[in-house]
Amino acid sequence: MNSVMSDPAVKKTGIGASVRRVEDIRFITGRGRYTDDMNQPGQVYAAFLRSPYARARVVSVDDAAALEVDGVLAVLTGRQMAADGLGDLPCGWLVKSKDGTDMRQPPHPPLAAERCNYVGEPYGVVIGTSIAAAREGADAVMTEFEELEAVVSTADATKSVQIYDNVPANRSYQWELGDKAATDAAFARAAHVTKLDITNNRLIPNALEPRAAIGVYERSNESFTIYTTSQNPHLARLVLSAFVKLAPEHKLRIVAPDVGGGFGSKIFIYPEETTVAWASRRIGRPVKWTAERSESFLSDAHGRDHVTHAELALDAQGQFLGLRVKTIANLGAYLSTFASSVPTFLYGTLLAGQYRTPAIHVEVDGVFTNTAPVDAYRGAGRPEATYVVERIVETAARELKIDPMELRRRNFIQPNQFPYQTPVALVYDTGDYEASLNKALERIDYSGFAARKAASAARGLKRGIGFSCYIEACGLAPSKLATALGAGVGLYESGEVRVNPTGSVTVFTGSHSHGQGHETTFAQIVSDRLGVPIENVEVVHGDTGRIEFGLGTYGSRSVAVGGSALMKATDKVIAKGKKIAAYMLESEPDNIDFDTGVFSVRASNRSMTFGEVAFAAYVPSNYPLDELEPGLSEKAFYDPQNFTYPAGTHIAEVEIDPEIGVVKIANFVAVDDFGKVINPMIVEGQVHGGIAQGIGQALLEHGIYDETGQLITGSFMDYCMPRADDLPNFSVDTTVTACTHNPLGVKGCGEAGAIAAPAAIMNAVTDAIGVKDVAMPATPERVWRACRGE
Amino acid sequence: MYSFNYHRPTTLDAAAKLRADCEDGVFLSGGQTLIPTLKQRLAAPTDLIDLGAVEGLAGIDVNDKRVMIGAMTRHAEVARSQALRKVLPVLCSLAGQIGDGQVRNRGTIGGSIANSDPAADYPAAVIGLGATVHTNKRTIPAESYFKDLFETALEPGEIVKAVEFPVPRRAAYCKFPNPASRYAVAGVLVADFGGKIRVGVTGAGPCAFRALNLEQALNAKLAPQAVDAVEIDYERFNNDLHATAEFRANLVRVMARRAVAALIA
Amino acid sequence: MNVTLTVNGEARSVDVAPNTLLVELLRNHLGLSGTHVGCDTSQCGACTVHMNGASVKSCTMLAAQAAGSEITTIEGIGTPERLHPMQAAFRECHALQCGFCTPGMIMSAIDLVKNSPQLDEAAVRHGLEGNICRCTGYHNIVRAVLTAATEMGSRIS
Repeated sequence: MNSVMSDPAVKKTGIGASVRRVEDIRFITGRGRYTDDMNQPGQVYAAFLRSPYARARVVSVDDAAALEVDGVLAVLTGRQMAADGLGDLPCGWLVKSKDGTDMRQPPHPPLAAERCNYVGEPYGVVIGTSIAAAREGADAVMTEFEELEAVVSTADATKSVQIYDNVPANRSYQWELGDKAATDAAFARAAHVTKLDITNNRLIPNALEPRAAIGVYERSNESFTIYTTSQNPHLARLVLSAFVKLAPEHKLRIVAPDVGGGFGSKIFIYPEETTVAWASRRIGRPVKWTAERSESFLSDAHGRDHVTHAELALDAQGQFLGLRVKTIANLGAYLSTFASSVPTFLYGTLLAGQYRTPAIHVEVDGVFTNTAPVDAYRGAGRPEATYVVERIVETAARELKIDPMELRRRNFIQPNQFPYQTPVALVYDTGDYEASLNKALERIDYSGFAARKAASAARGLKRGIGFSCYIEACGLAPSKLATALGAGVGLYESGEVRVNPTGSVTVFTGSHSHGQGHETTFAQIVSDRLGVPIENVEVVHGDTGRIEFGLGTYGSRSVAVGGSALMKATDKVIAKGKKIAAYMLESEPDNIDFDTGVFSVRASNRSMTFGEVAFAAYVPSNYPLDELEPGLSEKAFYDPQNFTYPAGTHIAEVEIDPEIGVVKIANFVAVDDFGKVINPMIVEGQVHGGIAQGIGQALLEHGIYDETGQLITGSFMDYCMPRADDLPNFSVDTTVTACTHNPLGVKGCGEAGAIAAPAAIMNAVTDAIGVKDVAMPATPERVWRACRGE
Repeated sequence: MYSFNYHRPTTLDAAAKLRADCEDGVFLSGGQTLIPTLKQRLAAPTDLIDLGAVEGLAGIDVNDKRVMIGAMTRHAEVARSQALRKVLPVLCSLAGQIGDGQVRNRGTIGGSIANSDPAADYPAAVIGLGATVHTNKRTIPAESYFKDLFETALEPGEIVKAVEFPVPRRAAYCKFPNPASRYAVAGVLVADFGGKIRVGVTGAGPCAFRALNLEQALNAKLAPQAVDAVEIDYERFNNDLHATAEFRANLVRVMARRAVAALIA
Repeated sequence: MNVTLTVNGEARSVDVAPNTLLVELLRNHLGLSGTHVGCDTSQCGACTVHMNGASVKSCTMLAAQAAGSEITTIEGIGTPERLHPMQAAFRECHALQCGFCTPGMIMSAIDLVKNSPQLDEAAVRHGLEGNICRCTGYHNIVRAVLTAATEMGSRIS
């Protein structure tokens, strides 16, 4: 990638250049504006009442002592919220069971009224004139609970006590995908079957900025402004209006200012932002809430938590014949905003991986437990799929004593087979899997591995190497397909390119940046296309009051969908500019060329700069206003034709100290095909971050509930976040097959690392020890025990 | 945080008097454990008596027989002390492994040993080196100082003034940090006092302790493999989500072996 | 109670309750919102500031404990026009994404470099153990610290 960064052919700030980020100046000087940095006149503070039990009936809430606390203004409960007519938090994706019935789900009120179903579930809120007063008030509320038996285990959820009256066996759905008969037939004629039982550990996203919200009710026009840590403010507005019935959409403004990381956890519509808005109306003052980290642990939606049995059928030559997967996916206590789609449409559809496996059948039980809701976390479904596919392929290679690379090569979809219809619904548009594999093998020095392993052994250490040839479906998503599969929203993106009279450009995007660098990348796209200096382009995001509409940022979709919308809008600007230029230059629009900021009449020396055309657009002295409106501002919605399919190979080399079970990552190589790249520096950073989270999942991170449903990894003291000294430098590179169906040729890069890395690491760990499986995270004790043959 | 009265005395006597006069007072030294505890509303003292301005509590005094470290001496000062490095480098190394850089800039030796966190590092040195704890009332030998989980021989209102460490011929500390908190899951300090070996263990049990059977084996033969034959009784070891007692026993053995290897290297 | 201290070179006198944290004094009383709070157990380091030149977690100190001291926050080390070498290196090396951990990370890194006449990758990684970043995977942070260290006069091995 270094070669791209210094390629002189790339314009200094254009598409393909590693432009230093525009947004950085404010962040490195302490001038960022995060939600908690904001304050409103007359603001008061919220402290939530949270269930101490995993499952309990709320018998009574006694607020008398709390109201005595100096500075406490009110104690509001779920019952009052229900009485005020606020609706439930919805799940936006309807999944159907294999018998055709709709998924089952319990009602999910923002504040629980009668029952609490996980530790940390809010059932009320105390409002105080200071944070300290509100919290002291919350401590003083006397709530009587009747504790009920809780369901915690993912694997046993369907066999446990029933949590909700309307959800038998605690099963939301039993979903399937693929041809079961064809898969059974494939297994019947298999020469070899590899079986694997694996778990995908529960993760807690832990964006470094805790969630926060300020609800501001404006009495004069009965409108709300909510400042909140959201990845998709328009979706929040839609849900709070249409489902929660807080206010009509035109009376709601959602602002997501600087947001300190999301990783999925800030997509969802949570009880807290709903509550502060409602409380603001009741109290008549702005209400602010900022999560303490311990609250984040309990109440942010968690990620993953699967138990899976998988079987791979192969013929005598090592060709994959069929894949059979049964997964139990823990959904937590309620269906969070997109929870239902994660272990189904974002998981089952990826089980073909990079391979020609002709028959695949997957069955997923989505189950409820008395734990925090589980929803999309960086990768969302695709890390789980990659983990199943790449662990079982590696296991098959070991069982058949075939080099794991060789086995993969025998089964790769070949470049000449695209577009490729998989047996699990997706059509891959393009790719070259062997190219990234070969480049990665070169980078890791595969041929030198045996010598390095021997050198480690001489020092009493076990060395292993592990591969992960992943694929993901990104650029969510064709609306027609998504809505046919149950999505409650379209998945296009909007963009607006507003050229100001003096030629500077304000870009509005419905996409949202919370670390990804949109203010730079999107400015590069527009600057490059219009030939306007990048410093004259400003990108605006995260405010429903300023941006027409948007579906936000998740699923590595921002550039592929949001960037494409801007391309479309930019093309409209150019088209209108040509019309204006044609009048001004006394020619025809079809006869006007536009290149690097200059409109010129073909085969002539007559031309106008972009700035001159912009000025003319707003000072319409010389063109007919009945044919052409003044102004130069264009909007576009872009709805993708297909998903994009980033893919690549990640290789991990680990060294294990068997005496203490510590896994050291000796080398980590990532070669990814993201299609065309707008800003290689930013893309590389996204890969680094994703890998770190993938390594975190594999070796360090684990959200653990005890059997009563108490979260026992509820702080950074016990939930192990990757630190600088847990990780190596990463060796990253790219290959390119351009996406065939969006105007930028881009695929998306935000999640690749988190998707690919866990399988690479665990394949390396199991290779080093010589065992079939070690459960993630491969903690020192687990590794120590595995090394001892336990 | 609940509200409290804050005091900043400048003498030990004044500090002791404030403590005696208030309803439920606590001393504040580096605050790296106490402040988080207060923030989580796990404690509600009426008064905080900050020892930060008390004269004469900080500093490192070194001669070739013993090292005296004032209670308010920050971990970072101990880690970086050139004078200390010459006579007792193991203490520099141990202090440099406590918490993280920012914690070491605030945390103090007095605060650490007064708290007796089972996973703190300093207790391994106090026990392993056979230190003497000086308080405003008396001196307490290491063996009778740590009593149990967060429990010491300190009486209410008693203030640690300094810790006095005898200087061994050589010593080494090996620690297996908790990957999340960086506290010791197990830490072992082995000291050689001219043929007499002492072993202090932290992290493994409810409080730091002397591993007499390891000492016996190492007194017989000062070699890494000498620890292999020693039975490590882990019945009373800590058992938590980070390590079972059995794994801790293994860590104690491996850390001891590595400390011995470092010591004789 | 009244706390008098120097913040970013300016003498300040602030009335606070005794249970006010230093970070609360900075953010809420002085409006210096560049110092962030990312956890409640003193682990993440987002709140790191300098007290008399040494990095400390401002969420793990009472404001009263800082009385009489010199505090430097992210706002006090450089401006967009005159960036501190560490700030400049963070931008140049793409060592930040969401920016939330960045102020604390920069303050820790400056202290680390000042106390390290010699540095290498491993020392930087170890030296940043008191700061958590969820976005970058640290790769570019390490690169930035080494880059700035050269500028600030440390030897890099």
